Amino acid sequence: MDETIFLALLQDGLTTGAIYVLLAVGLLIAFSVTRVIFIPQGDLVSFAALTLASIISHRVPGTLWLLDGLCAAALVLSLIRGRFRALLPYGVAPAALTLACWAAARYGVPTPVSMLLSLTIVTALGPLLYRFAYEPLGEAAMLPLLIVSMALHFVLIGIALYCFGAEGVSTPALTEASFDTGPIEVSGQSLCVGLVCMVMVGALRWFFVRTLYGKALRAAASDRLGARLIGVDHALSGRAAFALASFAAAVSGLLIAPITPLSYDTGFEIGLKGFVAAVIGGLASYPLAAAGALVVGLLESFSGFWASEYRNIIVFSLLIPVLIWLSLSRGNTEDRA
Amino acid sequence: MKGARAVVALLACAALPFVLTEYQATLAGFVGIAAIAALGLVLLTGVSGQTSFGHATFLGLAAYTTAWMSRYGGWPPLAGLPVGLAITGGTAFLLGLITSRISGHYLPVATIAWCASFFYLFGVLPGLGGFNGFGEIPPLFPGITRGTAAALIGVVLIAAFLLCANLLTSRTGRAMRALAQSRIMAESLGIDTARLARSTFVLAALLAGVAGWLFAHVQRYVSPAPFGLSASIEYVFMVVIGGASQLAGAVIGAAIVVLLRDQLTELLPRLLGSSGNFETVAFSIAVILLLHYAPRGIAPTLFRGRGRAVPDRRAWALSTRTMPVEGALVLETVGLEKRFGGLVAAGGIGLSVHAGEIVALIGPNGAGKSTTFNLISGALSPNAGSIRLLGNAVEGRGARFIARQGLARTFQHVKLLPESSVLDNIALGAHVRGRAGMVRSMLRLDRSEEAALLHTACIHADRVGLTDVLSDPAGSLPLGRQRLVEIARGLCLDPCVFLLDEPAAGLRLQEKQALADLLRALRDEGMAILLVEHDMDFVMGLADRVAVMDFGQMIAEGRPEQVQDDPVVQEAYLGGVA
Repeated sequence: MDETIFLALLQDGLTTGAIYVLLAVGLLIAFSVTRVIFIPQGDLVSFAALTLASIISHRVPGTLWLLDGLCAAALVLSLIRGRFRALLPYGVAPAALTLACWAAARYGVPTPVSMLLSLTIVTALGPLLYRFAYEPLGEAAMLPLLIVSMALHFVLIGIALYCFGAEGVSTPALTEASFDTGPIEVSGQSLCVGLVCMVMVGALRWFFVRTLYGKALRAAASDRLGARLIGVDHALSGRAAFALASFAAAVSGLLIAPITPLSYDTGFEIGLKGFVAAVIGGLASYPLAAAGALVVGLLESFSGFWASEYRNIIVFSLLIPVLIWLSLSRGNTEDRA
Repeated sequence: MKGARAVVALLACAALPFVLTEYQATLAGFVGIAAIAALGLVLLTGVSGQTSFGHATFLGLAAYTTAWMSRYGGWPPLAGLPVGLAITGGTAFLLGLITSRISGHYLPVATIAWCASFFYLFGVLPGLGGFNGFGEIPPLFPGITRGTAAALIGVVLIAAFLLCANLLTSRTGRAMRALAQSRIMAESLGIDTARLARSTFVLAALLAGVAGWLFAHVQRYVSPAPFGLSASIEYVFMVVIGGASQLAGAVIGAAIVVLLRDQLTELLPRLLGSSGNFETVAFSIAVILLLHYAPRGIAPTLFRGRGRAVPDRRAWALSTRTMPVEGALVLETVGLEKRFGGLVAAGGIGLSVHAGEIVALIGPNGAGKSTTFNLISGALSPNAGSIRLLGNAVEGRGARFIARQGLARTFQHVKLLPESSVLDNIALGAHVRGRAGMVRSMLRLDRSEEAALLHTACIHADRVGLTDVLSDPAGSLPLGRQRLVEIARGLCLDPCVFLLDEPAAGLRLQEKQALADLLRALRDEGMAILLVEHDMDFVMGLADRVAVMDFGQMIAEGRPEQVQDDPVVQEAYLGGVA
């Protein structure tokens, strides 16, 4: 391997690693607040890319109907209980979004606007999925939550296949620029990925450290009952965490799709890699998870060069020693009683 | 009863080739194969509380082994079974060595990881046909019809079901259920939880291996897809739909998923006018709804527990230990200390309990009494100090070792198997006094020992006054009587030291008096009793000596009346004499 290949692999690894950082951080937020391992996050990665591709090619995306359906259900449930304030988030907002999407698909809008629409649709799906799939379980044990995650994953890929078909899509890059640095060409998209990743991580950090809502979420993560007692709405914090997780997924989807074509089921595998990174962080530590994400990205890129068939085996097997180490260092006492 | 049902099921299997069409027989075969695999998952998930999202991996290992051997090696299919099972069991054992160290939510995560790894491995290993797999695998027997194959699978399923059912109503089965409920409780009863978790895991994998072997020779084609993560999750779905806590749940779940899938694959695309995996979507939504509204699955509504039959009381009772002579020092702690970070939860604890003596440990809430109990019983390791039980140093040896030396305990927050019968809960205490393992239990070679264990449990149930509720689920009793179940369970260990954590809490006055009488009788038999209790009338009338703790320290010790008059104790309880 010469320097050029090494640097190219490095660039590749860091770019995908940065995307895994976003996903891992999203998973960690959702997990720490709700104890849910949000496996279907990966499917939302595909959703974002497919939704964008759909709008650009002048079709109203099927994910919009999914969102509208879930909103309608939530609206009906709220109205039955006499909560008329729900009209705004579950009635007016989705109606406006639907109108905007329809107009965008009909008349065409600049790509950034389409991206924004796709981001909004996918981000809004997160809290609704939480509302309908996880909230009714209440304080369930780990296992039912995990099974629901798996089931939800199947539901989402089924819906994606129905709405978008099996074709993979590529979406427009944020920038077509590239920089010749001598040994290799650095693509503008890679730089954008790195930049977006850093901005998002910085913004999340600001949100959690500086804002009241961020602090409330952290309170809910560290002690659910305690947070409830001081007035942090339990359901609301869960939905907020899922909104953040699905936003991270949507951003990741828009960042990857220009580099690797995405189809209805490929997001899941990408999500699993982010999940591997989150586990490396012990499902608790953001910096460790971010480091883990970069390691996974690099490992994938370099093992793809040397033993491309064994790439996924290497990445997933990485988890086992990590898990053993985590279990040994955390002790082994978990009781159902 | 069970024998009669098994015979009926066998006859039904024998009729399969004559009543089913070829297509129906194929489906029936796949139901049977899935049910065999799901049985393993019930044992693993529903019974022993472990989770696997990688169950299909084990089907894959056996299926690929036998497929390769019979297709390329020229071996008869039957030879593939032992080799396939050896490879499956061996892999499960190695994975179990790793995963039994992995706790809590990391375990399902680990199973996802290895399932993904094996899926890609099946796809890339040379000679296995890549992700397309390979076919032309010989059938089970030359010229076998679909119907005969279905009948054969049915017979294997019935055999597997009976073996598992035998296991569940045995010493090992009880211990497996304890594993799911609370490992701390199980270890305190002398159960080797890590080893049991591992053997359960291997057993589940072997059942999957049998299913995989059948699959390879019935489908006659193997590829990675039926052994990947999605397939594994489908087995979890079967168990959730059918009901994870009962063996019947595996069969019901397998039948529903396989048969409905067959119907829905045709029906849904026609309804929706488009192709896609709609049946999977339908199952997934059904699973989510089930977990919301009927998390225990279908089986419990079909098969209500018939209540446990009370055993034959003519069985021999287990031999009991000779108690230490009265007055002998049985339990002694010196300078026992436990720190949690900067907090000294217990420090400088020096307690001694003699044979034929009741010592009460009292103190305000948060004084460190339960921590002291956990240290002595081995649930926690002390940071400093020593514990001598019958003259042997036992500190740091763990709850299992200490229980086997003759120390029994109860818990402040009752730890029982709420769905198991009172009798089974009590018999769990006799676990260390039996020897029958998994294989003997499955083959029913444990019956005379099991009768003795149950008989012993009955004797102790009588002693604490639970004779009338032996077959009721323990969780249905009021809290006070649940504490009595724990006491009877502890007595089944045949202990020489008994640690009781608030035994009288939740009991009514008459029950308290009965409990006090029981404890006095035990003392008179030579047992050393250490109890934590808040009811002062109960303590002062019962204890021979009282030790008082406050803020992690021992502040007084002596006869009840001495302690009551101690100004330091009064200060601790009442905040000083006004």
